[in-house]
Amino acid sequence: MTPSPSRLLSWSHAPWMDRLRLPTQPLARHVILALGGAAILYLVTSSLSPYNDFEVGEIALYVIALAGLSLLTGINGQISLGHGAFMAVGAYTTALLMTHTHLNFVVELLASIGAAAVLGLLIGIPATRLKGPYLAGMTLLLALALPPIADKWSTTFGGDQGLTTTVPTAPGTITPERWLAWIQILGALIILVLLANLLRSRYGRAFRAVRDDEIAASLAGIHVARTKVMAFAISAGCAGLAGAFLGLSTGVVNTGEFPLTLSIQLLAAMVLGGTGTLVGMWWGAILLVYLPQWSTSLSGDFNLGSGANAYLATIIFGVVLIVVMIAAPTGIQGGLRWAWRHVASLGSGPGADPHRPPGRPKNTAASPSGLT
Amino acid sequence: MRQSRHTSLGRYIRVLVTGALGVALGATVLSACSSSPKAAPAATNVPGVTATSISIGATVPLTGPAAPGYDEIAPAMNAVFDWINAHGGVYGRKIHYTYLDDGYNPANTATLTRQLVLQDNIFADVGSLGTPTQAAVQSFLNSQKVPQLFIESGCNCWSDPSFPYSSGWQPPYTVEGKILGNYVKATFAGKKIGYLYQGDEFGTDFVKGLDMEIPSKSVVSRQTYDAATLAGPLSNQIAALKAAGAQVVVMATIPAATALAMLPGAAIGYFPQYVLSSVGADPPTVGPLLSSFTQKATGSAAQAKAATGLLNGVITDAYFAPEGDVTNPWVKVEKKLLQDYAPTLYAKSGLDGNTQYGIALAYTFVQALQAAGKNLTRPGLLAAIAKSGKSFVTPGFVPLSYSNSVHYGFEGSQVIKLTSSAPPAVTPTGSWIGSTPVTPVEVTNTGSAPVTRYTGVTSSPPKSLTSTS
Repeated sequence: MTPSPSRLLSWSHAPWMDRLRLPTQPLARHVILALGGAAILYLVTSSLSPYNDFEVGEIALYVIALAGLSLLTGINGQISLGHGAFMAVGAYTTALLMTHTHLNFVVELLASIGAAAVLGLLIGIPATRLKGPYLAGMTLLLALALPPIADKWSTTFGGDQGLTTTVPTAPGTITPERWLAWIQILGALIILVLLANLLRSRYGRAFRAVRDDEIAASLAGIHVARTKVMAFAISAGCAGLAGAFLGLSTGVVNTGEFPLTLSIQLLAAMVLGGTGTLVGMWWGAILLVYLPQWSTSLSGDFNLGSGANAYLATIIFGVVLIVVMIAAPTGIQGGLRWAWRHVASLGSGPGADPHRPPGRPKNTAASPSGLT
Repeated sequence: MRQSRHTSLGRYIRVLVTGALGVALGATVLSACSSSPKAAPAATNVPGVTATSISIGATVPLTGPAAPGYDEIAPAMNAVFDWINAHGGVYGRKIHYTYLDDGYNPANTATLTRQLVLQDNIFADVGSLGTPTQAAVQSFLNSQKVPQLFIESGCNCWSDPSFPYSSGWQPPYTVEGKILGNYVKATFAGKKIGYLYQGDEFGTDFVKGLDMEIPSKSVVSRQTYDAATLAGPLSNQIAALKAAGAQVVVMATIPAATALAMLPGAAIGYFPQYVLSSVGADPPTVGPLLSSFTQKATGSAAQAKAATGLLNGVITDAYFAPEGDVTNPWVKVEKKLLQDYAPTLYAKSGLDGNTQYGIALAYTFVQALQAAGKNLTRPGLLAAIAKSGKSFVTPGFVPLSYSNSVHYGFEGSQVIKLTSSAPPAVTPTGSWIGSTPVTPVEVTNTGSAPVTRYTGVTSSPPKSLTSTS
């Protein structure tokens, strides 16, 4: 029998593809993906100029904050307009430890995660009683209220000048920018693997159950309040690490680095990347870092002058947000995934479901976790 | 056939848009990644310097709360560079000035400064604005051995031996505080004095200077405000000052805060003698703010116009001739330079404290380049400033203080009184407040040196500036 044309096109069903498939065991699967990502990023950073390395490092640090936010909002259904404040807590923790102690660098970073997570825990407790706009309002207050504290006790927190941070000396001839980028990328990948595993575990399912229906979740034996507080603490901990990394990038930690707009931009970038996804946060972070530059050069091309340029970044951010929301309501990652499935299923004959990647169990594809 | 697959036009649009976005994004990232430092004729191996050009950069707020007024400084500096470029540049090298908007956010400053240094290969960072913003890049610029010159902030932190590549320019806030404090102590002896200041380095450094001069027993109230959350009238602070019976109110405020303090005072019939730091006293900047806030609150154009009158009789200090001093040769030169080389800026802002500041600062840098000689290097530039900075010709009332150990610019000023009877400022924005000096020019330092009369000369504009256009 002659194979139908559609069958020939159906390369995604080739037997060798099956052998290349990633393991289904979550930890192995995520570690392999992370190692692949690490290899790509290593090659990328090794060929870039120091400034581009610095930018890649910034992307990585924003990925950490966005991934935490994505977990909180996309997976657990809580909103936060105060993630800039958690970043500030992480940044100040590292900076204070660097100023007053000689702890190991990794210990300082872990302390940042811990301090932000503890604050997240404290905020998470009242947050369990609040929903939607009320929760947004409360977390917004956090973003507004925390920075003045650092201004008030300026002898401890360094006031306007802030506290200086130092990155461990780079080995060999590696530039400081590349070395920092590697540290930040490593941090981002570790966090992504940990979160990806968490989301495939009992806790991840509990997060989603609570998001979808709190009553049903509690009937199923899930402690709703505890689950929500835990999501808040984990998310805040991620922001804490991102803040510590931001402090390392700038070389100094002061309140000006954590304005209200940071919290709002994080939320917008998370939506752009794909709420509830982890990999999609790379898109969000790339936009956060590159959109301002992109708009500067665009404004230069059109000779718009500095005044217009300043607002162009915000306008472009808004336009991109609207376009993405119309074209791909699930964010860039959701849109790409949808497009990929569509391409992969083209020609695989009648009956193929474009919403389901061929050869994969239906429940995985339907899973809202969106990890891959 | 599943009808959802091929029939839905919307879905194909979605694929297209998503694909286009992906491609656009990828292209952006790639172009951003592949852009290498601009190829320039390599006449020297000094970054940013060729036989025909010098490229310098800065980060300034062009948007955000700090932008109004401060966004005029860098364009005014550019007018000076355009003027020198039109006259052959410095040793045949034309100055290319790139200023980027950091929105007064130190995280942006950190990124943009790295872009300027690592990607655009600037020779020096010149005229960047702000204490928190520039503190964020001080160690980076010093570790890269890039001069961080003439930082637009009066923080006491720029003259730090561990950061030899950094240098301030305007008088440190403490110096201004001492000079104004000395005047208040002598002129308003026995009166009750109140402070209102911004709760950050600017305010506290200024108050440090005040406290060195004004006896603490005469200070009846100390009020602060937070610049980040400055949104409405400072009614509470003003009510507290009134309740304490302060007859003299000394303020370290940014222009908006000056207006937001004076207006609620007037509303409750409280008219103390105001003494302002030069930061928040520039009439062409504060006057329109007083008017527009009043217009918004009352809707009355007549009241809005009258509100500017609150500036009448205010004491402040100046370290170069204010724009209202229309007969001053420097003011004439500055006005002409702005008209000729930045006509759009002149039409928008006119000559005011900010544009004057930019012109004076840029002219200082041009002289530093001239002093550094033909073989321009970064250490050479710093050495030239330390060696001959004191003899640079600037609009400043006192010479610059630069030496190997001092990285402050001006360490002196003159106390002035704003008055409507003085020759009015001639700005397109319609300010009518002029000023008259009430003390001789005085000098001091951030330490324990007393405030003393300056006995040297004040320089006049050189021929090259007055005779040319």
